[in-house]
Amino acid sequence: MKADYVIKRVLLFVAVIWLAATINFFIPRIGGRDPVLEKLISEAALNQGFLQTGYQQMAEEYQKKFGLDRPLIYQYFTFLRDTASLRLGSSISQFPVTVNELLVNAMPWTIGMLGTATVMAFGVGSFLGAYISWRGAPNFVKAFVPALFTISAIPYYLLGLVLLYIFAFTLSWFPIFGGYDAGTFPEWSVSFILNILKHSFLPALSIVLAGIGFWALGMRAMMVTMQGEDYMVQADALGLKDRRIFWKYAVRNAILPQSTAFALSLGHVVSGAVLVEVIFGYPGIGSLLFLAIREFDYFVISGIVLIVIVAIALAMMIIDLVYPLIDPRITYAKA
Amino acid sequence: MALAAERAGFGIERFLSGNALLTYRYMRRNPLLLGGLAILLALFLFWAIGSLIVSPEETKPLAAIPRQKPSMEFPLGTDEVGRNIFAVMVSGTALTLRIGLIAGAVGLAIGAIIAFIAGYYGGVADTIIRGTVDTLQTVPQLLILIIIAASVRSGLNVDQMALIIATLAWITPARTIRAQVLTLRERTYIDIARQSGMSGLEIIFKELMPNLMPYMVASFVLAVASAILASIGLEALGLGPLESPTLGMTIYWNIYFGSLLLGLWWWWAPPIIIIVLLFVGLFLVTAGLDEWANPRLRRRV
Repeated sequence: MKADYVIKRVLLFVAVIWLAATINFFIPRIGGRDPVLEKLISEAALNQGFLQTGYQQMAEEYQKKFGLDRPLIYQYFTFLRDTASLRLGSSISQFPVTVNELLVNAMPWTIGMLGTATVMAFGVGSFLGAYISWRGAPNFVKAFVPALFTISAIPYYLLGLVLLYIFAFTLSWFPIFGGYDAGTFPEWSVSFILNILKHSFLPALSIVLAGIGFWALGMRAMMVTMQGEDYMVQADALGLKDRRIFWKYAVRNAILPQSTAFALSLGHVVSGAVLVEVIFGYPGIGSLLFLAIREFDYFVISGIVLIVIVAIALAMMIIDLVYPLIDPRITYAKA
Repeated sequence: MALAAERAGFGIERFLSGNALLTYRYMRRNPLLLGGLAILLALFLFWAIGSLIVSPEETKPLAAIPRQKPSMEFPLGTDEVGRNIFAVMVSGTALTLRIGLIAGAVGLAIGAIIAFIAGYYGGVADTIIRGTVDTLQTVPQLLILIIIAASVRSGLNVDQMALIIATLAWITPARTIRAQVLTLRERTYIDIARQSGMSGLEIIFKELMPNLMPYMVASFVLAVASAILASIGLEALGLGPLESPTLGMTIYWNIYFGSLLLGLWWWWAPPIIIIVLLFVGLFLVTAGLDEWANPRLRRRV
């Protein structure tokens, strides 16, 4: 493995994190909203001027966290240090719960559902796209193209809303809200896992359905260029079976650029999934973000944004580092 | 079959001449562009005719009795707080498009300037710009927009919303146009222009821009579509102009009041249908324009 490629790629990763942290630090200061003060004022209004003791402590921690009496540059480096060690501060509306605790509770839900759904969408969509553009495919399959085009234009969460209406509200096949039935507690038992699967099915389905169009169209474009290649003509001339040409010659070559597209679209997928969770009240990162925005819980908002950016940047780096290993045409230097 | 189509064409072609005829003939060869423009035209007519029937006043809460089913008086019923949903859809279509157009135009203008500077002059400026764009591109834009929208004081209006989205809308146009400028820069006619004493700015405006017009139009439409997607995402999360009846805010109020559980299908279905039509229309136009910009992109399947 070429060391300078790896170093370059890791540096890009660090640059992305630094950029995200810097945006997270400066934009609220330009915006000029004070989340803690806003919360204190709204609490004071609710309690007729009576302030709970916890908020005093919180305001102090807020002062300390940003070191507001210190010069801006000092505050900035403190913030960078905290970000690098993933200390994301405390929630305002649920003080003294830390942002990290909230994230640790929400993460497994999002990663489990989103991961499964994305892999399924990638697999099914890529196969469908490959098959549609294949010369042996029956004509009715080609009629799917406009349908795929339409589906890929629908944002995930709007599709989710429609699925929710059909399968949960009208047909009552699936639950309407949440990650598991009210009154049950998370545990490792068969019934609880089935319960989770039942609740995850529709949100996952909307991500899969909306994703299929995107992957199929990408794969189709790739397959069309593959079919003009010389080695395809040669495979034909050798008299190989159609099935073998399809899988070993066309799909094998077309699937590799697809995985680059996969890395590039991760951000798009995650943004869409955030809103899918909101629609379904699914207890992941997206719902946490929605609640935080509603309550203007700024540290939770910025913590989620930061952690998601780190996660995506990490995933992209891993894909970029692994990619040359699986595609012999790409050399490290070129990438 | 070709003959039949030809004959059918003569009927209309008799009434057309000059550019109109050429445009008509081109459209027939580019069904993607035609289909996309037809959808967008339908949405425009919906807005134009709709705004003759209802006034924007009816998009305000308490304009009517809440939760009414579609009827003659309210073609799409009313919502939980008494907005006339037909009026909301008419205003919302225009407002959402306005956000997209403003953000797309600002994004394209900034992106194109950056792209021409980076692509034509190259050097240190190009290295810095390429590095910035590459880094920014890996960060999901919606997340950065969430930070920006959450940080500004609440009480946004539609135009401020558009400007927030425009802060990131230049990234994709900058990248794609720069790549095009790089391929054109080495062409012979640019070389000739340079040797005949044209200045850099003259070459950019008189040689590069006219040649890149199709690409600029295509990236403008794409920028509008992405801006609308971003605006609806932000609005659905509650970070939009709370007072304005845009399509995304309508989705937000649907989530907020749980319209699905209330059985108010006439509230959540119309914005979804219009949003989907808008995206399909814009994507078809983008695909059609791509073909116009790059005729070698023949559809083989």
